[in-house]
Amino acid sequence: MANIQLRNVVKAFGAAKVIKGVDLEIRRGEFMVFVGPSGCGKSTLLRLIAGLETITSGDLLFDGERMNSVLPSKRGIAMVFQSYALYPHMTVYENMAFGMKLAGASKEELDARVRRAARMLQIDHLLERLPRQLSGGQRQRVAIGRAITRDPRVFLFDEPLSNLDAALRVATRLEIAKLHHEMRDVTMIYVTHDQVEAMTLADRICVLRDGRVEQVGTPAELYDHPANLFVAGFIGSPRMNFIEGPIAAEHGCATLGVRSEHLDLVSEEEGTWTGRVVHAEDLGSDNYLFVDMGLSEPVIVRQPGKVAVAMGEQVWLRPQPGRLHRFDGNGQPIPVPMAAE
Amino acid sequence: METLTFLLWQLVRFAIFLAVALAVTFPFLYAVLAAGERGEEDRSPAGLFWRGMFWLVVGLIVLVAVFPFYYAILSSLETGTALFRVNYLPESFNLANYRDVLTRPAFVRAVGNSVFVATITVIAALILAVTASYALARVRFRGRGLLLMTILAVSMFPQIAVLSGLYELINWLGLYNTPWSLILSYTIFTLPFTVWVLTTFMRDLPIEIEEAAIMDGASPWIIITRVFMPLLWPALVTTGLLAFIGAWNEFLFALTFTISENQRTVPVAIAIFTGASVQEIPWGPIMAASVLVTVPLIVLVLVFQRKIVAGLTAGGVKG
Repeated sequence: MANIQLRNVVKAFGAAKVIKGVDLEIRRGEFMVFVGPSGCGKSTLLRLIAGLETITSGDLLFDGERMNSVLPSKRGIAMVFQSYALYPHMTVYENMAFGMKLAGASKEELDARVRRAARMLQIDHLLERLPRQLSGGQRQRVAIGRAITRDPRVFLFDEPLSNLDAALRVATRLEIAKLHHEMRDVTMIYVTHDQVEAMTLADRICVLRDGRVEQVGTPAELYDHPANLFVAGFIGSPRMNFIEGPIAAEHGCATLGVRSEHLDLVSEEEGTWTGRVVHAEDLGSDNYLFVDMGLSEPVIVRQPGKVAVAMGEQVWLRPQPGRLHRFDGNGQPIPVPMAAE
Repeated sequence: METLTFLLWQLVRFAIFLAVALAVTFPFLYAVLAAGERGEEDRSPAGLFWRGMFWLVVGLIVLVAVFPFYYAILSSLETGTALFRVNYLPESFNLANYRDVLTRPAFVRAVGNSVFVATITVIAALILAVTASYALARVRFRGRGLLLMTILAVSMFPQIAVLSGLYELINWLGLYNTPWSLILSYTIFTLPFTVWVLTTFMRDLPIEIEEAAIMDGASPWIIITRVFMPLLWPALVTTGLLAFIGAWNEFLFALTFTISENQRTVPVAIAIFTGASVQEIPWGPIMAASVLVTVPLIVLVLVFQRKIVAGLTAGGVKG
């Protein structure tokens, strides 16, 4: 329901600047993901929006209204924490009702809202339990339910999946995506260091590094047109191959980037580059070949299906035309990707 | 030369004491460890032996702790010369001492005073300590560490060192010979411990729970009373109980700050029990009174022991 604007937001802890001037607009009803390596300030940025930390300078606006000094509970936000942060001594029902009870909601309204949220997340049979009687996945649902009950205009998630095991993580990810579709008018901001979560959930992703925004865009934009070397390397798994030296110079750039799926194994005559296979990872559906081309790191080639390549064998590679990313000495992209050959 | 010999002898005695103490405790410790290591399931002769040793150790500890009280009960049920005969099993069941004690108005009044003083001390100490420890554990401010150390340093002084100063203070406040003088001084003496224990507990509570409460619109007061207090329940019971016992047993301040018979607390009242003549120490009534004032403490400990549920916070975060 809210359009969020950050204008030159700075956060400093003493002398250490953690957020170094962030300008960002998050649209109404959008699912925005903050992603970046640890220590990049993504959680701090979320906490600034939540009001758990005070903004050192700059403005935070919700629908044009300045929020810098508004109490967290008055901002119309709800937050889901990494560690769930349920009140251990309250039942699930009391946990979900606590915020509204403090706000002075009537008993009927409170009851109706809690039950609606519980139904939405299929936790209505757990309402009388204590948090310690629930599994990790159930606890996270209750935490989400508590947030829904508040009927927020902005939903904040602080790495909500990192305490869950792999299978549960995928299931809960789906759950959150579903939630976003059901609550179309609620703006959601989600913090993660996992770029897979970012790619699958986000309407738009904001890549942060060292307290600054590196790039904001849809997952596809970030994947296909990274704004710089850092984003190119951070988004996508396996990491984009970076080739420097003479090969890059041939293409008129300092660093040549090519994703693993944009390299084809070809015959000797067709091959542009060559190298020896030093390692192979078989993921069942895909094969990752690590090819040593005499560069500082082996180049990763992704091949669908089974590939019979022996260790140490020489292979020839050809990058797919139009799929090369060129970066200059400062890590900035050189526009108009040059076709290979 | 004589002093040197004396010191030497003291040293030798100390060494012997230490050796005996170690020789006695070490097998005990070993027995406990061995029994623990083998577990309940071990049915081999060695396992049974060590389990037996373990229970022997437990029995000895209980004996050492409980025997004085048991002997007090025995003595309280005896009168006349029977008091001075050594016996380990009950020989008489005479409630005369209890009747004697309970008909002394000064004693009954003293029990009432003690209950009042100890209860108010606990309440005051807990309210002050909970709010102080919230600030010390959760609010970032300059000089927090120094303040904590200062609070701890207060408990460094022995009672006798501050007695005269405190006496002046109490006089100046006009509290002399009132229960409030004792409440004030006991609160001062229990607060450092209470604050420290609660600060440690409070610091261990996950910060996310507090932040979730902030997002839910809770003020610091609501956070303390509705979120933290229920989680701190075990710590509150423990520190409250210790504060209560401290106030209940305290003697020096009670003797100094009260003068009239109807303001005294139990320890002082018992100490100045008088017998039939000046030469006679009324051991029977003293023992009966001691038993009477110890029983409430034992009951309190037993009741709250059940309430101290470990792992109350389990499940709130992660896990």
